[in-house]
Parts: sequence; structure tokens; C-alpha cells
Amino acid sequence: MDLSAINPVLLVASLMVAATPLLLAAIGELVVERSGVLNLGVEGMMITGAIAGFAISVETGSPYVGILAAAIAGAGLSFLFAFLTQFALANQVASGLALTLFGLGLSALMGQGYVGIRPPEMARLDIPVLSDLPVIGPILFSHDPVLYLGLALTAGVWGFLKFTRGGLILRAVGENHDAAHALGYSVIRVRVLAILFGGACAGVGGAYISLIRVPQWTEGMTAGIGWIALALVVFASWKPWRALLGAYLFGGINVLQLNLQAAGVAIPVEYLAMSPYLITILVLVIMSADKSGAPASLGRSFHASQ
Amino acid sequence: MTATLLSIRGLTKAYPGVVANDSVSFDIQQGEVHALLGENGAGKSTLVKMIYGLVKPDSGTMTWRGAEFAPPEPRAARASGVAMVFQHFSLFDALNVAENVALGMENPPPMRDLAAQIRSVSENYGLPLDPDRIVGDLSAGERQRVEIIRCLLQDPKLLIMDEPTSVLTPQEVEILFRTLNKLKSEGTAILYISHKLEEIRTLCDHATILRLGKNVGTCIPSETTAREMAELMVGDTLHTPTRTATEDGAPVLRINDLSLSSANPFGTRLKNISFTVHAGEILGIGGVAGNGQDELLAALSGEATSDTNTITVNDAPVGHLGPNERRALGILAAPEERLGHAAAPDMSLTENALLTGALRQKLTKNGFVNWNATRAFAERIIKAFDVRTPGPDTAARALSGGNLQKFVIGREVLQNPKVLVVNQPTWGVDAAAAASIRQALLDLAATGAAIVVISQDLDELMEIADHFGALNEGRMSEIHPALGLTIDEIGLMMGGADETEGAAA
Amino acid sequence: MIILEKRPEPSRLLSISTPVFAVIVTMIAGGLLFAALGKNPVEAIRTIFWDPLFGEYAFYYRPQLLVKGAPLVLIAIGLSLGFRAGIWNIGAEGQYIMGAICGAAAGLAFYPSESILIFPLMVIAGALGGWAWAMIPALLKVRFGTNEILVSLMLVYVAEQLLASMSLGLLKNPQGFGFPGSRNIAEWNAANSWIAQDYGMHWGVVAALIAVIMAYVLLNRHILGFNIRLTGEARRAARFAGVNPTRLILFCLGTSGMLAGLAGLFEVSGPSGQVSIDFNVGYGFTAIIVAFLGRLHPVGILLAGLLMALTYIGGDIAESQMGLPSSAIQVFQGMLLFFLLALDLLTNFRVKFASKGTA
Repeated sequence: MDLSAINPVLLVASLMVAATPLLLAAIGELVVERSGVLNLGVEGMMITGAIAGFAISVETGSPYVGILAAAIAGAGLSFLFAFLTQFALANQVASGLALTLFGLGLSALMGQGYVGIRPPEMARLDIPVLSDLPVIGPILFSHDPVLYLGLALTAGVWGFLKFTRGGLILRAVGENHDAAHALGYSVIRVRVLAILFGGACAGVGGAYISLIRVPQWTEGMTAGIGWIALALVVFASWKPWRALLGAYLFGGINVLQLNLQAAGVAIPVEYLAMSPYLITILVLVIMSADKSGAPASLGRSFHASQ
Repeated sequence: MTATLLSIRGLTKAYPGVVANDSVSFDIQQGEVHALLGENGAGKSTLVKMIYGLVKPDSGTMTWRGAEFAPPEPRAARASGVAMVFQHFSLFDALNVAENVALGMENPPPMRDLAAQIRSVSENYGLPLDPDRIVGDLSAGERQRVEIIRCLLQDPKLLIMDEPTSVLTPQEVEILFRTLNKLKSEGTAILYISHKLEEIRTLCDHATILRLGKNVGTCIPSETTAREMAELMVGDTLHTPTRTATEDGAPVLRINDLSLSSANPFGTRLKNISFTVHAGEILGIGGVAGNGQDELLAALSGEATSDTNTITVNDAPVGHLGPNERRALGILAAPEERLGHAAAPDMSLTENALLTGALRQKLTKNGFVNWNATRAFAERIIKAFDVRTPGPDTAARALSGGNLQKFVIGREVLQNPKVLVVNQPTWGVDAAAAASIRQALLDLAATGAAIVVISQDLDELMEIADHFGALNEGRMSEIHPALGLTIDEIGLMMGGADETEGAAA
Repeated sequence: MIILEKRPEPSRLLSISTPVFAVIVTMIAGGLLFAALGKNPVEAIRTIFWDPLFGEYAFYYRPQLLVKGAPLVLIAIGLSLGFRAGIWNIGAEGQYIMGAICGAAAGLAFYPSESILIFPLMVIAGALGGWAWAMIPALLKVRFGTNEILVSLMLVYVAEQLLASMSLGLLKNPQGFGFPGSRNIAEWNAANSWIAQDYGMHWGVVAALIAVIMAYVLLNRHILGFNIRLTGEARRAARFAGVNPTRLILFCLGTSGMLAGLAGLFEVSGPSGQVSIDFNVGYGFTAIIVAFLGRLHPVGILLAGLLMALTYIGGDIAESQMGLPSSAIQVFQGMLLFFLLALDLLTNFRVKFASKGTA
């Protein structure tokens, strides 16, 4: 066992990378849940985004086009969910599961020709002086642009929910859809938009895994990150900054266990590999005492009768 | 000089199986308080929803200050100067007062300015309110203020109020009426929806009366007797409940210093409640909605359990028992919410008969359900209580409110309860069904059952209760004999003021 | 403008017929998908749905229907109880794995004994393994109000890691030349679950049929089944009726875990034969589709389970004969659930076409 091989600066930098897909998916789902919708299809949208982003990047040679394609793919898949739950009034739990099962199959199908390929690389931020600073440079100023996009989205969603009228309406719809309808707001429109945003975020989160974090394509490569993102929203009490904190916490645990695996700790690999899931359960248990942040209409179907 | 603000001509709206509004016409003048009077289900709500742009009429026209008026959505109606205070469903519990107000406005100012405006308007109209408070923590009366202020900030030309006093104590009603009169003097027209005749006689300049969706008459309330208006509203003479006088029997149900937290985060905590109900007695419990009625019913039905000795029936402690253990002892209940609480909407009447009848009617054996016996029980309820339905296989949600309520009450009454607790037994029920439900309760009391009727309809309680108490913020007032109570005394009890008097029951 | 109008009562006829419609629509959409993949759609559909039953080699495939259908039905029956009550166990895959591990371990502890008690012991251990794994989300939900969806799902990944650990470590065949995986249980007379291998009959098939019958009786004749349905329809009414939510959660999750565990045990001691890293193939997730496609009704689930088994078998044939990717079948199964959910609308609502819009 050689723990000295673990470099703390690189650890923090890679923690941020590991946290980004989680953060993107969780921020998207947070907005969806704040509008009163529970979309359990995050895993399916992420994996679809992962392959769509990967394939388009390989075909076009541009990782940026790939990221955009991933957002579109995630949003496209989430539109199916929006249709089922908002127009066909299907059960949200069942529809979300359907989305995940469908997305896993679809991504495997789409990804057949892309196994074992290396995607084009995304340039890292390289600011003279700043990026070369010791410790701070690698941690803060030399990441890929999507990582910063994740941080910007967190701030943006926070500001949107707290300060804008759109955010107020979104929260109102999630709190009490009957009242929002009575005041003349279109519950369905707000929710469909939120679902599409959540899908796009999940798609980008998935593409981040296949294009930057790993980077290659393997079937089922999201390995439950979409589900952890759902847990993260609960952990965050539906608050954006706490989602960031949670994502870094989980990213940290994951990076740490990978480093411990590499360092050859006496704990069997399998037990290290299951640690993120066990910790997720632990966190859910601790957080489940406080449900005060949960939107009151979460998971309930809305149909304007009379 | 007054001018016509809104003119309604031949407005018609049909829903599957029911014509909600059938060619309704009337005018609202500027600066008048116009009453829209009618029973539950007469079509009042549909009519105002059309004015507010929530529902589109099938035919007919509206004219606003001489121009055609057909708001496609509430936003358009608000832009024209229509504002509405809803009876239910328009506040957001988890948001604060200012945010709630902002949601009802077209172009709200920045939050800080809005908070200042709320403070000034609320003081101006005598409706004190803190813009930073979370709405879920407010009392029913305060919640209504939020809605009213939301409307006032938009400087409305027409203010629609849907049953505003159903959530207020008599004293709060007085404050509201002062506010409305002030608005009227400033030239705002008010469309006031109610089925309370005395209120309309004090407040309104004109009244339009709806029955079964039709305009059946217009009158000047101050020149019309309540009786005349009631006859227009109901259409025929009502059967008033009769009761045989009974001596108070032995004490049956005793509540001893019951305190209990609510299961609902925005619910009311019950505080130190004590009372006794005797055999053959009906105890009426009044109070403004949201002062602990649901919680009290849950505590009595066994949905919420408490310390063993806080509730006793015939001296047996039952506080710790669940609903079925209490049913075995003869304590039955009928909650307020018919669909989803008292009955399962998508299940058949037979299945709903099993819901509370399984134990006392011996409908199960070793856990296996005897569906034939259950069906027979459902048929017995339908027959005895004149429930209008194709048969016991009909889903509960397919029944009208009155018929389902008859079924729910009948289901409990037919099980020969020793103690029966009902919450809002005639809420949203047509007059004929309400009368038969009240008669059933009186008849049950005559057989020696102890009955607790929780209701927000004071007239109902005065009609059937022997004793009266009121809930206020989870506390119970002193219990007084119902006979001879004045409206002022009742108001004080509902407002929680009578505790200090120390008057003995 | 299309208007949805809530039916006063759900249509019983449509409730039964929507799954059939959904299958037909999925066949059409699936055909388009296969065509897009460059395969002849008619041939693909025929290969998947017709050949296993009536084709030249049907004698070989028909028994497979029982082998693949049994675990799906067994798991889906358990899931349907919880789903009806609004209790969402989606971690059946994990419970399936744990049932297999525990059952196999209990048996292998006595290897190579030929006692007749071995198999019953394994059955009990398998059921308990699945039950215990499901009791984790159940107890957390009851005690702390933790979301059972996420916990049961997380435990799938934990179970998969445990499976890997077991097949590489504790349960590894000592005579397996270092290859991962346990001893072959199917070749061990006292422990294998086969009744008649040539006909696809093993004890899992028997268990699935018993489960169908018991679930039917429970839901239609017993007060516990009534309480499950009542809880799903109207939670507050159930509380009012005296249903104890804690007991219901423990019962529903425990039962579904137990049935999933049994499915895993019968699989590991029969068709699969050993504990190995890739032992689980997603039955626990496919069973969710089976449960919904069967309308959460025991008889419906039986039929849906057989249909879904057919798509597995037919998919395998299509893969080997036409080169249809196996993931295409997964997409196909996902689409089936989509269409079912979408068409379900017709059961509860009337669709009307109106010239004028309403708010």
C-alpha cells in the first residue's frame, strides 16, 4: 500500500471533474422537482446524452458540437417523459422508470460502433500566469469549459429561483398547481419547460462522462450516477448550492475510493466500489428526517378539470 | 351617478351531464355591492370563473363598460380590472406573503417596494399583515387578507369575492364588511357570492339569485325578507328536521386534557381539550376552518392516537387505540373530505362499504372478505339513505356530493354507533340531502348515541346541537347549551375570547 | 383542439385492451426501428414473436419460455403488490442477486452431501436473502421515512459488487482452476432446481404459478389485499379504514424481496447453474415492465411475463440469425412500457375533439 502516491492537489482537481456530471444532472433534476415533477429517468437521459455526445463528437471532430448534441438528446428523451406525464397524465414513477429502461437500451444500440474509440479532446482552460500558479492553478484555473458551465448553471439556477419572476412562478407551480392554475399560470407549460431543461442538463452530464471524465464509450457507463443525482437533490433539500456541496462530497468519495483502489489498500476492490452507493443510502437516511424543502405538489399529476 | 360596469347576457356553460349556467343575465353597476346568491351547485362558481377568464362560456356575451368582454385567460381579466378572492386553492403555503401577492399581479414591483406597498395598503384598509411571513403559518382570516390585498394592489374596478365569510369569525366578518364598504365608497364594484342571507341583507345593494344554473330573480336585499330570498334560492319549502326531546343520558364520551400535534406540517396542534358527551346528546363544535377540526376528528376516530386516558368511552380508556379497535367499541366517524378520506374515489360503493364496515358488520372471516354480505350492506345503505346511484358497483367518484355524503353518513349510522363523530356533514351538499342527513343524526341521537358534529355552518349547529363549543387555534372553548346562545357569544367563543370569562357550562 | 375529459369511472374494457393495443403499436414502432437498422421488419417481428412458438425449432424454444418467464412472473407478482399500494421497490435485481448468493451459499456449505434437505434449505435461504435485502429499504422507510425507490436501487449496485466479490472469493469453485464463479449447482443432484429440464420445468415455474394464484386470492378475496389496493387508491382513506401503513410497507417490500430472492435461487440452481459475475441479466428491471404490462393483475402478469420471455428468446434468435443487436430488444421492451403508459390515458379519460378551446 502506497498512500503517498495520492497527490492532494490532483485529488481535489479530479474531485471537481468527478463531481461535474453529478452536479449537472442534479441541478437539472432540482429544477424539474421544484416545478413539482419527479423524473426518475435521469439515468436514462444521462446515458443517452453520453452516447449522443460521444458519437457526434467523433463524427464531427468537435467536442463542443458533441456537448450540444448531448443536451438535445437528453432534452429529446425528456420530452417523451413530458408527453407521458403532462399530456397523457401517466404515473410519474412508472414513466421515469420507462425512460431509464428505454435510454439504457437505446444508448447500447446507438453505441455499437463506438466501443474502443477515443473521442476528440476538449481543450482545457489555459490562462497565462493563473493556470500556472501552484496549487490554485490546477484546482481553479485549468479545467475544461464544461466544468465551469456546471458551476455557472448552479449560480444561474440559484439566481433564477430566488430573484426572477420566472423562478417564482416555477416554485409556485411546484408548491400548489391548483392555485397556480387558478391565477392563470400554465402549469403544463412551466413543467414541460422544466422537464426539457432537466433533460438537457442530464444529457450534458452524461456526455461529460464519455467525453471528458473517462473518456471513451462503454455500455451502461453511467453506472448509477443518474440515480445518485436524484439522491443528491434530496440531500440538497432542493437548494442549488447544497447540490454543489453534495456533488463535491460524492465526487470526493468516488475519487478517494478510486485512488485507494489504485494504491492497493487492503480492502477488496468490490467493497471500495460499493462505497459511493452505501454512502448515498446513509446520506438519504440522514436527510430524510427533514422534508421541509420538498415542493408540496411533487409527483402529483395535474389536470385542469372545470 | 352610477353606470353599468359589467353587463352579462345569456351566459351558458354546460359540463357533461350538467348545465352549470343556463342563459344567465344581469348587470353590475359601478360602486355597488352585488350579491350572487344560490345554493351549493347552483352555478355561482362557474359564472365567476367565466368573468375571471378561467372558463369560457359556450354562448352568451359580456360587456365591460360598453365594450365586448371575453377574457381568454385570467391575465386578460386582471388587465381589465377584474380581481378575485378565491374560496379555496389560491395561496402557496411555502411561500411568503409578498411572494404570494406578487404571483397574483401582472407587473409586480421589486420585492422590497412590494413589501412596503403591502404594509401601507394593509394599514389603510385595517387588515394588518406582515409581508415576510410564510403563508402556511397564517390563520384562515389572515390568509384571506393576503388574497384581498393581492387584489387591492391592482386597483380593481370589480372585486369578486367567493364565499369570503365562511372562514371568518363574526368579529372578523365585521372588519371585512368595513373594508368592503370603504372600497365601495371609492367606486369599486363588488360581486359578492354567498348563500348566507343575513350577510347579503346587510351588505349588498342588489342581489341576483341562481337556482340550478338559471337566474331566478333579482331583488334589493334590504327590501326583501330573508324568507323570500330563501324561497327563491331553494325553490320549494324545505323539510326542517324534527326532534324528539330527550333527557340527557349517562356520560359516554369523555375527552380529558387532550393535547396532540398535527400530522400535517401546516396543521393545528390540539391543546388541552376536555369535554364530555352524554348518551342521546349532540355536541356541536363550531369554529373557523383550520382551527383543529381535522385534527380533532383524527384524534377521535383513532387515525391519530394519544395517551391512553385522554379519551374514554363508557369509562374505558381508548386514547391509544387505532381506528378498528375503536370501531369494535362502537366509536365511528365520518371525516370531512368525502373523496379520498371518507371514501376511495375509484372504488365501488360495495368496496367503500367494506372500508369501515368490515369489522362491525362481520364482513370478513379469517381475513377473507364475504363480498355477498358486503354488497348487501352497501345496498342496505343505498336504500335506507336514498342514495341516488345505478347500484353498488358504481365508483364513489361518479356520485354527486350529496349522494356520496348520504352514503358515507349512512354507512356509519347503520352500524349502530355508541359514539359518532362527523366533520362537516353537509358541506357542499344540496339542501334536501342536508336536511335528510341532519334528520338522520337527530334520529340516531334519539336512540341514545352520543354524537359530535364538527361544522363551520353555525345555522346547522344551532338547528341540531344540544350543546355548543368552538375550536380556536386548537383550543376548545367552554361548552354552553346551544339554546339561547346569541351570535355575539358564539363569535366570542370562536374568537377564543370566552376562556377569560370563566363562565360555567 | 383536443380535450381530455375524465371518465366518471375508469373503463374496464379499455383497461384490459390497452396492453394489447400497446403490444401492437410497439410491434409497428419496433418494425420501423428494425427497418432503420437495415433489417427486414416483417422478418424480424416474425423471428421474435412467431418462430420461438411455431417455427421449425420451436420444440427447442418453447421450454425456454418457461425458463425465462418464471423469474419474470415471480418477481413481477411481488412488485405488483407494492406498486398497487404506491410502494416502489425497483431494486428487485439486487434482491434477486442476494437470493441467489444466499441460497447457493447455504447449499454449497454442505457440498457434496446428497441429503434431500439440501434443496429445501437453499430455497429458505434464498427467500430469506431476498427478503432481508428488501427489508433494508423497508425498515429505513418505516423508521426514517427514507425514499425506498432510491435505497432499493442503490442496493442493486451494492449487490452487484457483492456478487463479484463472492464469485471471485468466498464462493469460488476450489476446483475451478482459478476461474471466477462457483461450483456448478445444476449438476449437483441434491441441489438443482430442475424437475424436467427437457420441458423447461423447474421449481421456479411451480413457484411462479403458486405466486400467481396466491396473489389473485389475496387481492380479490382477502382483506389484506383490499387494504393494499385501498392504500394505493387513497392513502388517507386507508388510514381511516385502520390500515397500518408500517405493516403494509414491511409486508409489500418483504414479499417482493422474498419472491425476487426465490427467483434468483431457482435460477442459480437451475438454468444458470452457478454464481458468477455476470449471473444477473436484468430480470429484476424487466419485471417492472411485466408488472405494468400485466396491469398489476396476477393473471395479466402471467401473460405479460410469457410475452416478455418471448421477446428475450426471439431476440436471441434474431441476434444469431439476422444480426439484430441484443440492445434492440431492450429498446423494444422500453418502448412497450412507453406505449402502454401513453395509451393508458384512454382508460381514465375520454378524448374529445373540439373546435373551440377551453381554459
